[in-house]
Amino acid sequence: MSAVITRRIVLAAGTASLLAAPWVARAQANTLRIGMQSILSGPIALLGTSSRNALMMEQDRINAAGGFLGRQIEIVYRDSKGQPQEAARIARELVNSSGCELLIDAEASSASFAVQEVVRNLGIPCIHTNSETSSLTADPKIRAPTAFRVARQGVHDAVAGSIYLSEYASAKKLNKWATCSPDYAYGRDTTAQYLQFFKQFKPDLEVITEAWPKLGQPDFTEVITKLIQAKPQALFTLLYAGDLSAFVNQGNIYALFSQMAVATPNVDYPVLAAIKNLPAGIQSATRYLETFPNTPANKEWGQAYFKKWNERPTNWSWQNTVAMQFYEQAIKKVDALDGKSLADALTGMKISTPFGVDGTITMRDDHTTIGYAIGWGQTIPKEPFIVDVKAADWGKIIELETEWKKQQKYI
Amino acid sequence: MDLNALGACLTTSACVVTQTTSGLIVGMLLFLVAAGVTLIFGVLKIVNFAHGTFYMLGGYVAYTALGVTGSYALAVLAGAVSMAVFGVVFERALISRVYSSNVLMQLLICYAVVLIFDDLVKIIWGPEFHAMGMPPTFQVPPLFIAGGVVPPFYAVLIGIAALIAVVLGLGLSMTRLGKTVRAAAINAQMVSALGVDTTLLFAIVFAVGGGLAGLAGALAAPVRSLSPGMGFSVLIESFIVTVIGGMGSIAGALVSALLIGLVRGFGTIGFPQFTDGLIYIVMIAILLLRPQGLFGRRL
Repeated sequence: MSAVITRRIVLAAGTASLLAAPWVARAQANTLRIGMQSILSGPIALLGTSSRNALMMEQDRINAAGGFLGRQIEIVYRDSKGQPQEAARIARELVNSSGCELLIDAEASSASFAVQEVVRNLGIPCIHTNSETSSLTADPKIRAPTAFRVARQGVHDAVAGSIYLSEYASAKKLNKWATCSPDYAYGRDTTAQYLQFFKQFKPDLEVITEAWPKLGQPDFTEVITKLIQAKPQALFTLLYAGDLSAFVNQGNIYALFSQMAVATPNVDYPVLAAIKNLPAGIQSATRYLETFPNTPANKEWGQAYFKKWNERPTNWSWQNTVAMQFYEQAIKKVDALDGKSLADALTGMKISTPFGVDGTITMRDDHTTIGYAIGWGQTIPKEPFIVDVKAADWGKIIELETEWKKQQKYI
Repeated sequence: MDLNALGACLTTSACVVTQTTSGLIVGMLLFLVAAGVTLIFGVLKIVNFAHGTFYMLGGYVAYTALGVTGSYALAVLAGAVSMAVFGVVFERALISRVYSSNVLMQLLICYAVVLIFDDLVKIIWGPEFHAMGMPPTFQVPPLFIAGGVVPPFYAVLIGIAALIAVVLGLGLSMTRLGKTVRAAAINAQMVSALGVDTTLLFAIVFAVGGGLAGLAGALAAPVRSLSPGMGFSVLIESFIVTVIGGMGSIAGALVSALLIGLVRGFGTIGFPQFTDGLIYIVMIAILLLRPQGLFGRRL
């Protein structure tokens, strides 16, 4: 098509643009922007991407239902690479420059503490969705008035896992254990919590060696040979995502998994799928499983995710989904978006969700969630990858968590 | 620090064999990367800060080639050859334009290439990690030598790297091309004046350097997860190896890579919390005694 663009057409188009500009600006201003930063590149990016995928599904669902307060929502994504200073900078930028009115902090613990200080300073509503280090919300000195957390918590996992593993260790007579966890707040704190409860349930437990590889370490050869030299009967590891995949692949060629029993709470569907020769019999927690809780709602969500993204969701996926569900309910309740109002609404709120062990999850007064599904089973090298799942007892988890908080002088 | 554990390890054949193998595999893969860095610096006086990118791309190309051909050998070949070609393109298109520039300009260009290719990898292969998986041939139980554990895959990798070290060493000392390269390292202008096409020579050096890094990335791909930016950590260690060995010395790169590998292998037993620090202490100690590096020429 050949078109002649005359001066008159250009002027008319320009005038139309000027007239339309306020409407466009108003439409943009009417959009509610929600900032989210996560690890979207590197060995852990699988989890960050799965967080973003889940939020995009929520964005579609919420917008189809009319948005928040009649405004369509738009989630603004940024890659922090898991670096604390970058995460803090991005959090400020999302609020101050990008106009985000709510935050989803989908960081690992390596960066969530830095974001927490930004949130405290800005007073903006924020839900941490992936940081599991217990002190982030358990320690009153670190807790921020408008920051909440929808994520597994190390101490919850530690109680649940220790009960399961102590029974397993007693049955198999496994007393000599090794640990291998990432060398940052989550790895250090959560390993300590596991060992504390593990020793409580199995006093004859002996940790004969520890290894602390860096997050994103490319080569675990030295770690693996060190573990082999120590000759433990069993290994507990908190490695995850690409690190866990590399560790298992490298461990396989040393026949590590035939030399010791292995337990890890951190296997996600895509990680299991990425490991080419997944050893059977690894004792493992259910990060996210379509079959646990075994309810139609959970299965429906898992299959919808798979249909949209052609891969299985992760633990980080469901946590981000629940964060948006909490925002949705809280905004409906108070009809407001400011930090104080939403904080009041979120505190003590209970919502219906497929990821609760009884179909509900509660946001406790200490800004952390309870009642989410925690189970342990063992791996098989094909879907559903984890079988024989035993659900954890939340009554016991809360009882021992309270003891732990007292020991830490948090309460 | 656990000196008792280290002492016990050094007196146990099983521990010595296992940790030595572990040190050798780390060292030999480092050597393949560092050999390229030191060769390029030795001849062209370019500090190729983008060398880790060659390693990363070699791994990714091998990963894709394995998916297409199903053959690990072809995948490794594809990783090495593609990076040799990429090395030539990189040298001709970018580096050749800054030979006479300030070293900061060279570093800036190299760093730009690192960032550009990290992003391109995200676009092409995605931001998430990929796992190549172990070739079926090597999905076998490890060998037990004197009680120590030796994976057959690592034994083959060490063998390949050792073979390349020998070929590289003999090639540089015995062949006409090798002698010309060594001469160019001392005085490129004189070599040019004698009628040697230094443009071609420099391109060949970059091809060899890039090919070695690509080979290392492809060889390591079955056991290391592939992710954007993975070249950076190997780059730092390969520079340490290059500096300890003496900038421009292939023999120095081999010896220092093995030294770093063994320090890592045994350091993890005796100094589990300080293995990285130990490497830097070794580097500082060597440079204090020999500022030019183990095999370097005094500047």
